[in-house]
Amino acid sequence: MEIKVDKTTCTGCSLCKNFCMYDAIEITGGKAIINDNCIFCGACIDACKFKSIEITGIHEKNFDFSAYSGVMIFIEQHEGTVAEVSYELLSEGRKLADALGSKLYGIMPGYELKEKISGIFNYGIDRLYIADNEIFKHNIDDIYSKILVQAINKYRPDIFLGGATSFGRTLLPKVAAIIKTGLTADCTALSIDPEKKILLQTRPTFGGNVLATIITRNARPQMATVRPHVMAKEPVQNAENRQTDNYLKYSDRIEFLEFDPLNFKTKYKLLSREKELGQSINLSDYDVIVSGGRGIGGPDNFSLIKELADSLGGVVGASRAAVDSNWISYPHQVGQTGKTVNPKVYIACGISGAIQHLAGMQTSDIIIAINRDPDAPIFKIANYGIVGDLFEIIPRLIKKIKNGKGIT
Amino acid sequence: MENIFRIIVCIKQVPGTTEIKINPETNTLVREGIETVINPFDTYAIEEGVRIKERMQQSGSEAEVTAITMGPAQSESILREAISLGADKAILLSDRAFAGADTWATALTLKNAVKKLEGWRLIILGKQTLDGDTGQVGPELAHMLNIPFIGYASSIEHISGQKITVKRLAEDRYETFEVRLPAAISVGKDINVPRVPSLRGKLKAKNETIPVLNIADLSMDEKDAGLSGSYTQVIKIFTPKHVYEVKMIEGSPDEQAEELFTKLKQLNIV
Ligand SMILES: Cc1cc2nc3c(=O)[nH]c(=O)nc-3n(C[C@H](O)[C@H](O)[C@H](O)COP(=O)(O)OP(=O)(O)OC[C@H]3O[C@@H](n4cnc5c(N)ncnc54)[C@H](O)[C@@H]3O)c2cc1C
Ligand SMILES: Nc1ncnc2c1ncn2[C@@H]1O[C@H](COP(=O)(O)O)[C@@H](O)[C@H]1O
Repeated sequence: MEIKVDKTTCTGCSLCKNFCMYDAIEITGGKAIINDNCIFCGACIDACKFKSIEITGIHEKNFDFSAYSGVMIFIEQHEGTVAEVSYELLSEGRKLADALGSKLYGIMPGYELKEKISGIFNYGIDRLYIADNEIFKHNIDDIYSKILVQAINKYRPDIFLGGATSFGRTLLPKVAAIIKTGLTADCTALSIDPEKKILLQTRPTFGGNVLATIITRNARPQMATVRPHVMAKEPVQNAENRQTDNYLKYSDRIEFLEFDPLNFKTKYKLLSREKELGQSINLSDYDVIVSGGRGIGGPDNFSLIKELADSLGGVVGASRAAVDSNWISYPHQVGQTGKTVNPKVYIACGISGAIQHLAGMQTSDIIIAINRDPDAPIFKIANYGIVGDLFEIIPRLIKKIKNGKGIT
Repeated sequence: MENIFRIIVCIKQVPGTTEIKINPETNTLVREGIETVINPFDTYAIEEGVRIKERMQQSGSEAEVTAITMGPAQSESILREAISLGADKAILLSDRAFAGADTWATALTLKNAVKKLEGWRLIILGKQTLDGDTGQVGPELAHMLNIPFIGYASSIEHISGQKITVKRLAEDRYETFEVRLPAAISVGKDINVPRVPSLRGKLKAKNETIPVLNIADLSMDEKDAGLSGSYTQVIKIFTPKHVYEVKMIEGSPDEQAEELFTKLKQLNIV
């Protein structure tokens, strides 16, 4: 394997050098020279306007993948409640299946699922594989991986997707390792290459500063985890009778997987599961996040942020500076070392907008920033900006919201 | 065999992201004097390894921490840093053939290296890297070694020579698992506060010889390593097209609050 610069077409323009994250390119004698720091990430190949850079000598194995077809979605549930991201994936999966002219499948392990599944059929699923047993009561990856592997080996989907939740991001790597295929983490866009009919998987890297498009070569299925809240949840039109809880209505599209529960041994002993005490902390469950940073000034002032969040039916987020000062607990932290969130509305109060914070929230639909420094970087990515003192703005806003509610 | 509780900490060198900026006019990357650092989450992994070692030593058992990385020759510097932070030994896996590895090929290379070591009981990883940002190496490595993996650990409740009890935050819940050793875990920043290098550590870091293992040492085939051994391949890297047009809300605080309130109404959130 080798990375080469074509000396005849290279102009030494240094575009590639600017793109390289690893200090692996020098411009010497008017030409780009790639040194041993190179990790073959390919960024320079794409950056080069003259198509002068090429990676050669990758061992290609030629496989026949014609036995694989369809898009299979891992439908994640927690104690019987289907995770939102699963509906998003079904919606996206339908589009991918249509682009390929193939089918959409779901695989759902769990316990006492029957009454919980009818909503799934509003998303144009062709077939739902269910594994309903007490062994799937708790989401434990070595147990779940076995049934997913069984389904993949039996039904050979071309594409297999799961949510990039904590569970999905532990479970799917295990499944991929067993199946021996690639897995692209935390994707934010998926599409089908119209010619090659392969899955193009796009994901943020380097803290969201760069997007990379990744393909799965040499193996099937093409597997990816997908970031929650990014894909739209779109029930297909004319979805029959949304409200019925009677799964029997769909029995022609349901298949119960056969398996021997005794084969599902686990290496894990679950000692306890407890909800985090105090305020709910799953930031990604909310459409509105009101975040406070160092500008809040102290732990007590977070009650103001909380009041605003509550009045909007939202949740409190925070910058690392606020968490590191112990003004609020870590599960509230948004950003590169905290949670990545994509709410409908993100209100940043007293947050400067350091790149690590932006990494965790820049894909929010609408960003509103309140900061008294007009040059704060947060204003570069906000949709609406208010330069001002948050202690003057927020109480007034809360009052208006409360009044507004009283009137209507 | 001597009874030492051996801990392996997997670390990776990554570009320091504070240095990466996007030029808003041209939408291209601007990098000024890039520096490479230990992946931030891996510093918590080192610290946790050292703390477990110290706990073991206090209870009279022998323990040892080995830091391991796969990367270009210059990654040696992060291994020295790991030693200054309390690791006892370090191993560098370096070969041109390892370059371009995806998580699968990385995990496979790490597995082959771990298999060469003896007496290890626990592997600690960072929960994800800054550049790859996948968090997949841990679960894949654990599967290849046929040991349990607990991701996103927020505290180690108990550890003995045989078992480990780990608490972790999964979505909105804390889960506590007990597994038998050997096992692998990944950690984030809520698990500890890393110490600063000690003087003695720095001295040891300077003098330590760090063995370098190449593809032949790991008895691996070139087609299973690096980009050749990867199932995924990056085909394009680009900067997100931000069409940010910030609308500034001006006026007195009262007017600003009023306009913001109207916006929130239009957005249907009040
Ligand atoms: C490896 C790494 C990972 C990191 N991960 C994260 C992460 O996950 N999340 C994260 O958030 N950060 C992260 N950081 C830290 C990040 O770089 C910043 O330090 C942090 O985000 C700053 O927080 P802040 O905006 O609250 O504070 P500051 O940068 O201090 O900004 C405070 C802002 O409040 C404004 N202000 C002050 N008073 C008022 C007032 N009365 N009214 C209105 N505005 C006011 C000020 O003008 C200022 O802009 C990370 C850093 C590193 C190196
Ligand atoms: N090249 C590598 N060498 C050693 N450890 C690694 C390497 N890449 C990843 N890791 C470990 O795996 C964790 C998760 O990495 P990733 O899957 O790339 O997000 C990191 O925090 C490290 O502990």
